[in-house]
Amino acid sequence: MVKPVNQATIEFLSRSANEGFARSSAACFAAQLDPTLDELNDLKTAVSEAVTNSIVHAYPDTLGKISMRMQLMEDNSIVITVRDWGIGIADIEQARTPLYTTGKDDRSGMGFTIMESFTDLLRVKSTLGKGTTVIMRKKIARRAGGGIR
Amino acid sequence: MPITCIAQNRVLSAAISGEIDQHSAKEMMSTLDRQIDIVLPRSLTLDFGGVTFMDSSGIALLLRAYRRMLELGGTLAVEHVSSQPSKVLRCAGVDRFIKFE
Repeated sequence: MVKPVNQATIEFLSRSANEGFARSSAACFAAQLDPTLDELNDLKTAVSEAVTNSIVHAYPDTLGKISMRMQLMEDNSIVITVRDWGIGIADIEQARTPLYTTGKDDRSGMGFTIMESFTDLLRVKSTLGKGTTVIMRKKIARRAGGGIR
Repeated sequence: MPITCIAQNRVLSAAISGEIDQHSAKEMMSTLDRQIDIVLPRSLTLDFGGVTFMDSSGIALLLRAYRRMLELGGTLAVEHVSSQPSKVLRCAGVDRFIKFE
């Protein structure tokens, strides 16, 4: 069982202005693992998708809470857990199908596909009326002199 | 300006700058929609040279522009796409039907 070495959690309202904040926070915290620019970009993209899903879908007519926990693991990977307490996903498998969206034509339906492609592991748990949790893990290659201590 | 449009002889060029996410894409899409409706272009070029980051909202923006140009019987080209946006677009398979320069 790989253990976390460091951890931080941020909590914010489901406002779209917080998408950039979440990306920057994850990138900032992940810096301790000495990632390459590409690894950081992959992480920021995956975080952007997960957080945007909660912002767009979780609380349809109101503002709600979203939390993002970031754990730096002893194997130099980062585990990001994005959680909301919103309406939940009725059919997770359907939601994860490329191009499927419950949004309008301002959404592409590619969020989960991108999360899967840009991380090493993706788990989605959801209960209707209670909320959704998305867990993503990305391994950051250890480079000479860098990485978690 | 996140999106700057120049039109001449029904050729529309739009330069996008900054990060394209769901927050910024709203205004970009509405500006682009408006410009396309005004100019009714035969060709649209989207310059991504100033785009520092893009998530799937950028895909939505491109697909919307693509559909609109298809309706008008015009062409769409996308240029100067840097590595992070490029990876997102390839992941979605958009490079299979939109021209990237």
